[in-house]
Amino acid sequence: MTREDLDLLADIARERAGLNLTGAAASFAESRLATVARREGAPSVAALVDRLRAGREPALIAQVVEALADGDTAFFRDRALFERLRTEVIPALAERRPGGSIRIWSAGCSTGQEAYSLAMLAAEMGPLAGRATVSVVASDLNERALQKAKSGLYSHFEVQRGLPIRTLLAHFEKADDHWRISPALRQSVRWGRVNLMDDLSRFGPFDIILCRNVLGALHAAAAQQVLGGLESALCPDGWLVTGAAETVTAPAAFTGQDGLLQRNAAYERDAA
Amino acid sequence: MRTCLVVDDSRVVRKVASRIVEALNFEPIEAADGLEALSVCRAAMPDAVLVDWTMPVMDGVEFVRLLRLEPGGTAPVVVFCTAETEPERIAQALDAGADEYIMKPFDGDIIASKFSEAGLI
Repeated sequence: MTREDLDLLADIARERAGLNLTGAAASFAESRLATVARREGAPSVAALVDRLRAGREPALIAQVVEALADGDTAFFRDRALFERLRTEVIPALAERRPGGSIRIWSAGCSTGQEAYSLAMLAAEMGPLAGRATVSVVASDLNERALQKAKSGLYSHFEVQRGLPIRTLLAHFEKADDHWRISPALRQSVRWGRVNLMDDLSRFGPFDIILCRNVLGALHAAAAQQVLGGLESALCPDGWLVTGAAETVTAPAAFTGQDGLLQRNAAYERDAA
Repeated sequence: MRTCLVVDDSRVVRKVASRIVEALNFEPIEAADGLEALSVCRAAMPDAVLVDWTMPVMDGVEFVRLLRLEPGGTAPVVVFCTAETEPERIAQALDAGADEYIMKPFDGDIIASKFSEAGLI
């Protein structure tokens, strides 16, 4: 790919989704766009970029941004995090929300493994203190990833990354050479297409927002904008979860480590 | 170094699996069928077992069932690694005493993931 083509893609990725298409991310760009080129009948990635340069196909631009924003994911990715959600975070929220709902948002859910992991976790936790219930909402920018997530259909390779075999048997049924999540769990998650660069204050409030391995792919200013947006969609005592290995400068009102950050309502009262 | 017994009647699969477990810091030991695997275990219990289902002489399910009856036989973490993918068959392997289950084809990521879920790494 030429320098000019990569620069154009980097500009589009930054403007549309805040994506930082430099370094390692640039090396993925060509293979991801090759898929879009095949789908769109373009003879090469260079020809596809020429069509983008002409600027007359907004739907094509959206497809390219989606492909560039495509994320890698796995069931129960970072098991230590799910263990803390199960043993600490969700029980504590249940005690503070008797009879209410604990609302969780998987922001940047890609093909849905994180959202379904949360749904499975909630199902396996059984009744919570004060009969609180858990609801899971999931969003991504990539419409194709969302369609796959909604189908609940995963390959042998996908179900074997992070999913213990007993959990697979408990929550999935075999569908030819794939596995499909149970209808109850599939229907328990609500899905939507959301650009995290948009105003997020109209969503929520959520008790827990997971936004993992998204912020690290963004330009610093975009990451701060997204963090601010997520904060606006979070309850005053809610939790924000970023990737454990991600270097994220969380807003000052958050405390925690390894990507599990709690919003401290007292801090905001004192600051006000 | 911890040991992992790789049981498969295919020499190629044994070599591939051995290389993967070696990369996970296990010393691989190989056996071509369930009976040979049982005699390896009687001599020295491995820390982990990666076992195929369909093999001549003694199949994987029979081997795991007998292994679990041996002195010290409940200690190894047993992971099936087989082309059998029907839920009923998977349940049968777990009933026989398997801890985890891999459906072929597999790769290093899947073995690492399953070893991690079984608490081995």
